[in-house]
Amino acid sequence: MGLLSDPVRRRALARLVLRLNAPLCVLSYVAGIAWFLALAFPPLTQRTYMSENAMGSTMVEEQFVGGDRARSFARDFAAHRRKSGALPVAWLERTMRSVGLEVYTQSFSRKLPFPDETHERYMVSGTNVYGILRAPRAASTESLVFTVPCGSDSTNSQAVGLLLALAAHFRGQIYWAKDIIFLVTEHDLLGTEAWLEAYHDVNVTGMQSSPLQGRAGAIQAAVALELSSDVVTSLDVAVEGLNGQLPNLDLLNLFQTFCQKGGLLCTLQGKLQPQDWTSLDGPLQGLQTLLLMVLQQASGRPHGPHGLFLRYRVEALTLRGINSFRQYKYDLVAVGKALEGMFRKLNHLLERLHQSFFLYLLPALSRFVSIGLYMPATGFLLLVLGLKALELWMQLHEAGVGLDAGGRPGPSAPLPPAQGVGLASLVAPLLVSQAMGLALYVLPVLGQHVATQHFPVGEAEAVVLTLLAIYVAGLALPHNTHRVVSTQTPDRGWMALKLVALIYLALQLGCIALTNFSLGFLLAATMVPAATLTEPHGPRPLYAALLVLTSPAATLLGSLFLWRELQEAPLSIAEGWQLFLAALAQGVLEHYTYGALLFPLLALGLYPCWLLFWNVLFWK
Amino acid sequence: MAATYCLGRASIALAALLLLSFGSFAASQIEVCTSRFWFNYRHVANTLSVYRSVKRLGIPDSHIVLMLADDMACNPRNPKPATVFSHKNMELNVYGDDVEVDYRSYEVTVENFLRVLTGRIPPSTPRSKRLLSDDRSNILIYMTGHGGNGFLKFQDSEEITNIELADAFEQMWQKRRYNELLFIIDTCQGASMYERFYSPNIMALASSQVGEDSLSHQPDPAIGVHLMDRYTFYVLEFLEEINPASQTNMNDLFQVCPKSLCVSTPGHRTDLFQRDPKNVLITDFFGSVRKVEITTETISLQQYSEMESKPKLKDWHPPGGFILGLWALIIMVFFKTYGIKHMKFIF
Repeated sequence: MGLLSDPVRRRALARLVLRLNAPLCVLSYVAGIAWFLALAFPPLTQRTYMSENAMGSTMVEEQFVGGDRARSFARDFAAHRRKSGALPVAWLERTMRSVGLEVYTQSFSRKLPFPDETHERYMVSGTNVYGILRAPRAASTESLVFTVPCGSDSTNSQAVGLLLALAAHFRGQIYWAKDIIFLVTEHDLLGTEAWLEAYHDVNVTGMQSSPLQGRAGAIQAAVALELSSDVVTSLDVAVEGLNGQLPNLDLLNLFQTFCQKGGLLCTLQGKLQPQDWTSLDGPLQGLQTLLLMVLQQASGRPHGPHGLFLRYRVEALTLRGINSFRQYKYDLVAVGKALEGMFRKLNHLLERLHQSFFLYLLPALSRFVSIGLYMPATGFLLLVLGLKALELWMQLHEAGVGLDAGGRPGPSAPLPPAQGVGLASLVAPLLVSQAMGLALYVLPVLGQHVATQHFPVGEAEAVVLTLLAIYVAGLALPHNTHRVVSTQTPDRGWMALKLVALIYLALQLGCIALTNFSLGFLLAATMVPAATLTEPHGPRPLYAALLVLTSPAATLLGSLFLWRELQEAPLSIAEGWQLFLAALAQGVLEHYTYGALLFPLLALGLYPCWLLFWNVLFWK
Repeated sequence: MAATYCLGRASIALAALLLLSFGSFAASQIEVCTSRFWFNYRHVANTLSVYRSVKRLGIPDSHIVLMLADDMACNPRNPKPATVFSHKNMELNVYGDDVEVDYRSYEVTVENFLRVLTGRIPPSTPRSKRLLSDDRSNILIYMTGHGGNGFLKFQDSEEITNIELADAFEQMWQKRRYNELLFIIDTCQGASMYERFYSPNIMALASSQVGEDSLSHQPDPAIGVHLMDRYTFYVLEFLEEINPASQTNMNDLFQVCPKSLCVSTPGHRTDLFQRDPKNVLITDFFGSVRKVEITTETISLQQYSEMESKPKLKDWHPPGGFILGLWALIIMVFFKTYGIKHMKFIF
C-alpha cells in the first residue's frame, strides 16, 4: 500500500513530522532571515548591465549649454510664484510658447477625506501646465515625459528653469522620433495623478479633472526632476513607486551610465556607492541600502511623481538634486547634459522597456538582486507556517484517530468528529475578526465628524485616534467571544482555529510577497514567529507581549525607527510616536488620494488574521 | 563596450549585396541588408558602401539587386537626414545621389531573397527586381546583419539557414544561373553560413569563424550609433584602392582585416572553386571591365566586283516621253473644253 494510505505507515510518518517539526521550523526561519541578509553579498548580487539593445552605450554627444538661461528662467519663475502664491500659470504658458512648445493647461480639484496636516491642505484645486514638443519627422505615436512637481513645500524653481532651458534646446534638434511632454504640476503628486488620469482617460481615485486638450501618444518613459538650488553636490534617484512597483531596471542603468559618463555623483537612498565589494565594508553598506529600499518599498508610498506613472506601466524615475556640504559642486549644465543624454537614448527606443528586470532589489546603484535570487527568503519563512499547519493537522487527526482506536468513552452515542466541532466554533471568531477589520477600515474616516463634535481634536487627529482606538479594542475581544466550546475535547477548538489562521496568514503573505516582496518579507519576518508560537497553554503574558510587539501596527512603528536609524537621523521616542501618528494619517490619506493599498491590506487582511491568533492565545 | 558591440543578436536582418561582376562574363550583384531598427544603422552602411564600390567600378544598377530592410537615411532619429555615413566625423556619405534600392523595408524577406536567387519570380515583377543572370554571369552576393551558427536573421522575425542557402545555390547551378559565384558575409559566426555549400564554382568569405562575433566599428557620438562593421570597413578601404584596371587578385582580398584589426578571424572557402584564387581578379566580381584589346593586325577588305554582284533594284519611273505626251493631252483637252481664247494666259 502507498505511504499515505497505509494507516500504520501514516501514523509513523505523522510521529516523525511531529518530532522534527520544531527544529525544522526554527531552521527554516533562520535560513530565511540569513538568506535575506546574504542578499547584499557578492554571489547573490550582480553588476547591472544594459539589456536593451536599442539604448546601447552612452554614445551621444551632449550639447546643452543653457545653464544661464535655466537660471534666469528659475529666477523669473520664483519671483512670479512668490507674487501670485500659486503656480504662475500665465507666465508658464507664455514662456513655454516662446520656447516653441504647444502649450495646454488642465485644472483639477479634490476634496481630501480629511485635512492633510503635513502638506496643510484640505480642499485642493490647481492647474497643471504642459507643453508638447512634436517630433519633426515622425507620427505622434509615442512620447516621453519630463515632469517637475511644484508643491507648496518645495518650490523646485531651478527644476522648472532647467525644464524650460532643455525644452528650448530640444526644440532646435531634428532627431526626435517621439514627442516630448514637458509637464509642470501643481500640488505635487495630486497634480501628477490628475494629469495621468486625464491622459489615460480613467478615474481611479475620484479626482475631478478637466479633460486634456492636447495629447501626444503612448508614453514610453518619464523622468521627474526635483531641484531647488543652483548648484548640486549629488543627484539622488528614487525608484520605489506606488504599492511597491518598480520601473524597469534598464532605466536605472541608463541613469547610472550617464552619471558615470558625466562624472556626476549619484546616490541611491541618499547613500554613496560602496567601492570595495571584496572586503566586508562594501556589502555591509550595501545591506544598509538594501534595507532602506525594502522599507521604502514596503510602505507602498509613491516616493515622487514617478511612483504614479508606474501604475500605467510607464517606466519612470525621480531625480533629486541635493546640495550638501561637499566641496565639489555641479551646475545646471552638468545636470542638463545628463538629462539630455538620457532623453536622447530613450529616443532610440523602439519598444517599451521590457528586456530588463521589473522586480529587483538594489544594494547599490550598480548592483542588483533579481527576483529569482531573493524569493527563497520569503519561501523559507512561509515554509514555517506550512510546517506548523501540517503539525496541527497531524495532531488533530491523530487525536481523533487515537480516540477511536482507544477505549470507548462512556456514552454510547458516537462522538461527533472533531473537525465538526472545530468548524462550528471557528465561524464566530472569524466573523468577528473580519468585522473588526472592516470597522478599522471604514469607521475612522466615516466617523471623523462625530469624533470632532465630541472631543476637542482636529479631523486628522480624530481619524488617527479612532484608528488606534479600534485597533486596541480588538485586543479586548477574546475575553467575550468564545461561545460554543466542546467539553469533551477542549483542545480541539483552538487547534482548528490556529490551523485556519496559519493557512490564512500564509496565503495572504504569499500573495503580498509576489507583488510587493518587501512588504511580504517584512510582515513575514515579524509575524511568523509569533504566529507559530502562539498557544493557549504556556507562558501567556510572554506570548501576549510577543504577539503585540509583532502586530502590524508595531511593525510599522518599528520600521519607522529602523528607517530613520539607517538614514543616520535617529529618532527619540516622542519624535518617533509623532512620526508614527503622521504616518498613519498619511497612509489613510494616500489610500484615498492615490489608491495605495497598504491601509486596506493591513486593515482588512492582516489585522483580522492577527486577531485570530490573539483569539487562539486567549482560548479558554 | 562601444568597440566590442556584438552582432551576435541573431534577430537582426542581414544586409546582402549581390553583385554580379562583369568581365568577359556579365556580372550581377545582390546586396542584402536584413537588419531593421535604428541601432542597426551599420548594416545598412555596410551594404551601401559595397554598393558604392561596385558602382564606382562600373556595374550599372540594372545588374544590381539592392535589398535594404530599413530606411536609415530618412529615419526620424537621423540627425543628418538623407545621409548614411560610413566613416565617423561624417567623412563619407555612402547614400549619395543615385542610390537605387530594389527591395526596401518589409519586402526584404527570406522568400523574396530566395526567389531572386532562383528566379522563381511572378511574371509581374519589374526587371529591376530580378536577377538577370545566365550561365556566363559572375555573381557577387554580399550579406550582412545578425547571424548565428548556421543561420541569418531577416527582419527580426525569420531566419535563413545555411542549408537553405546551399540548396538555393544548387538550384542556381542547375538552372545555369551563374558561371562563378562569390559569397561574402559579414555577421557573427559568418563562417557557418558557407559550410554547407556543395555546388561548384563558389568562393566564399566570412568575417568571423563559428563561435566568434563580428564587431562593430566607427562609433559616432553625433549620430549616436556605430557606423560600420570592422570587416566591411576594411573591405571598403581595400576596394577604394581598386580601379577598373587593377590586377589585384582574390588572395589579396583574403588578407583583408587580419585578426589584429578585426578581432574576429575572417575565413574563406575555395575548395568548390575551379580556378586558382590567385588567378581570379577582383574586378571579375566587383567591377565591370570591358576588355579592350589593341591589335596591330590588319584585315583586308575585298573590292566590290560588278560581275559577281547581283543587279541592284532601282526605283522604277515611267519613261520621259510618256509624261510629255500625257501633259499635251491634258492641255489639248483643256483648251478644247474651255476654248482657245485661254491660250494667251498660258503662253
